[in-house]
Amino acid sequence: MKLSSETIQKLMNAVKSTRDQELDCGHCYDELDRFIEMKLSGKNAAEAMPLVQEHLDRCPPCREEYEVLLEALKALAQ
Amino acid sequence: MATRTNEEWLSDLRGKNKDQAIEDLRKLLKRGLIYALSNRIKSDLEHQVEDFVQDAILRILDKLDTFRGESKFTTWAQKVAVRVAFTEMRRKRWKDISIEDLLPEDSGDFTPLVLSDPSPDPDKRATQESLLRMIDQILTEDLTERQRSALLAILHGGMPLEEVAQRMDTNRNALYKLLHDARKQMRSRLQEKGFSPEEVLAVFESG
Repeated sequence: MKLSSETIQKLMNAVKSTRDQELDCGHCYDELDRFIEMKLSGKNAAEAMPLVQEHLDRCPPCREEYEVLLEALKALAQ
Repeated sequence: MATRTNEEWLSDLRGKNKDQAIEDLRKLLKRGLIYALSNRIKSDLEHQVEDFVQDAILRILDKLDTFRGESKFTTWAQKVAVRVAFTEMRRKRWKDISIEDLLPEDSGDFTPLVLSDPSPDPDKRATQESLLRMIDQILTEDLTERQRSALLAILHGGMPLEEVAQRMDTNRNALYKLLHDARKQMRSRLQEKGFSPEEVLAVFESG
């Protein structure tokens, strides 16, 4: 089986960021609106809700949804 | 458009002002999605967003009782709309692709792991080969077939979690748990063999 250095790096980064306790996608989604409002109000959401921040750092689909939601809410606030 | 409190949104969407509340919500969600998705959807943005919003409103009305009131109602509703939009965009993007299409070539159990882009430096290449044998052993002996396939489809193939989950007849949360267990297993096996992920990473970084 052929793998590239890039895939090995992705694999090792995934292992490196592994914690014993992690939020799954569903729990992250449940908390996302609170997290994002904290962020929009200028509070340190990552410090207040570290498990959500860690999940977003680790899970590309959830991060993508978070970034788009943030953009949408910023547009509505204008 | 009328500004509403959370309670007013809920009572309007459930009561006699339902039609006006749905129309106001539709406009709001559409404005947010059009702005936020304009970089990702290159053709027919408005029409596609209208379809997403239509589906999102049905989902929101169906899930009104699950709104916990911990954020603004409109933030929660926009979150639902973003999820609906991504679910549909990912479904379209990946519809004709199977997990097998994404696995590295010759990914049978008895084919040793080979690096497609080894380092030109002979010493570094030898270290890479030795670490590859170790990673190969962990992938084939310590992970299940299901864990290995899911991990490689996501990391090597770039397939989103929910698309892999759907192909494996499971859901996004259960697949996340399966991958979390796989990552913990890999971390522990690396540790037993005397390596940290950082040390392995250093050997496979370019340069």
